[in-house]
Amino acid sequence: MTGSLWSEVRAALARDRLAITCGAILAVLALAAIAGPSLLDYREDEIDWSHMAAPPFEAAGHWLGTDRLGRDLLVRTLYGLRVSLAIALAATFVSLVIGVAWGAFAGYWRGRTDALMMRFVDVLYALPQVFFVIILTVVFGRGPLTILAAIGAFGWLTMARIVRGQALALRERDFIEAAVVGGAGTARIIARHIVPNLLGPVIVYATLSLPQAILLESFLNFLGIGVQELLASLSNLIADGAAEMETAPWMLAVPATCLMLVVFCINFLGDSLRDALDPRER
Amino acid sequence: MSAMLEVRNATVTFPRPAADGGRLTAVGGATFALQAGEILGLVGESGCGKSSLGRAILGLVPLAAGEIRWRGRRIDTVPREAFRPLRRELQLVFQDPAASFDPRMTIAESVAEPLRALVPQLSAPDRAARVEAILGEVGLAVELAARYPHQLSGGQLQRAGIARALIVDPAFLVCDEPVSALDVSVQGQIVNLLARIRRERGLACLFISHNLAVVAHLAERILVMHRGRIIEDGLRDEILQAPRHPYTRTLLDSVLAVEPVAARRLIAARPSSRDAVAAPELTP
Repeated sequence: MTGSLWSEVRAALARDRLAITCGAILAVLALAAIAGPSLLDYREDEIDWSHMAAPPFEAAGHWLGTDRLGRDLLVRTLYGLRVSLAIALAATFVSLVIGVAWGAFAGYWRGRTDALMMRFVDVLYALPQVFFVIILTVVFGRGPLTILAAIGAFGWLTMARIVRGQALALRERDFIEAAVVGGAGTARIIARHIVPNLLGPVIVYATLSLPQAILLESFLNFLGIGVQELLASLSNLIADGAAEMETAPWMLAVPATCLMLVVFCINFLGDSLRDALDPRER
Repeated sequence: MSAMLEVRNATVTFPRPAADGGRLTAVGGATFALQAGEILGLVGESGCGKSSLGRAILGLVPLAAGEIRWRGRRIDTVPREAFRPLRRELQLVFQDPAASFDPRMTIAESVAEPLRALVPQLSAPDRAARVEAILGEVGLAVELAARYPHQLSGGQLQRAGIARALIVDPAFLVCDEPVSALDVSVQGQIVNLLARIRRERGLACLFISHNLAVVAHLAERILVMHRGRIIEDGLRDEILQAPRHPYTRTLLDSVLAVEPVAARRLIAARPSSRDAVAAPELTP
């Protein structure tokens, strides 16, 4: 359906070395996060009594060392990466679905409906997010689902605004009128004409909101309202590591490097995507 | 016999850009009728309201006053959703073919869209066959069907635009400046194509253009519009030979002055000289 878009983007990305490198690093990391833990010798909550706080490459099998309780840092980092990526992907997906639908309908309908829908967005924008998250965790507990809901509940607002602006501009284009003359109904016009044509900026924004979600999750963790200990995310490990910075610096370095790498790569990939999509935007 | 399309005192207004609550009158009380199979030209300078009038007939902009009847039935009051069945009969060819095609859809998908929406009972293979047939009729190679709009030339796209309008087999076609966005060399081809299709299908047509020469070539009857009003309504030859309104005269003179080639055609279209010059066919 959107073949011309994808073939052009693919061609542009194929010429972009930075994008290819970042994509490859991300793919390796994601694969490691999914498959890695089951391939390694240690489980994430397994305590090695003989190697506590072992530095990297010292103890057999603990390539990146262990933490204070003798748990393998590599396994825990991969697990944390899995949790962080899952939260980021899910939150972005939520914001993508709600934001695109909300914005496309508001922009296409215009008038009073649009005003009502966007004022609702403004009201949510005005709520202090951290305060809202604290209430959520008090009511529902500190699970990954709560964090996901907290990030998702606000993440779609910006997406809705971006999409609405695009939809407002698109609905005035001739080909929308051509679809109306062709008898297409509102649902079909939005699904087949509006949404495919605003996918460019949406993809870029979605890509850039992935690291935002990861960083927001670590910020919540820093406040002590993030994911709970056993289901550690990357930022849990960083928080733990920060406490042991002077005696066991690798406990901080390993997850922090991993987080930086992921955020860096996604950001670069998002930038490249935007560049790849730009020439089309007339 | 009552006319196929009757427009009575049609008035279209738009809110004035400056938010003083005032409204801009684009069309001020247009009245005309169109018989089945007739081709009616509508000329006027840009901004005179001719496009608004065409769009009002298709239910794309609301009327502020007056009425539009299609086969005796009022259609200007029909709400947007209920207008759908009427779209099988009333179709539109757009001015700018490049803008009127969804850049994310292939030509075949765009051309098939009216069929999909208006004749939903048609199976996918039947639909594909209809698309292929109609593309053949407008002279578009079948292999172009799988292409995207930006891969086609303006002339090819306008052929596809005509195909999209014709695919539901309408009885009436509004052509809103169908050639003014095209290269001069292609304009003649498209005009001839429209003339041929209209002849073969016995289609009624409202042909909107600012170019009197093009309109005179196609239409037997011409409406001249100026500042939102229809100031002249008559047979082509009458209007060309003896324009009643000074504006029409200005329009005629401007064609003679600015476009020598078009002027020659126009002169050829005038009955006095038409006997000398054989049927004024625009050459591609």
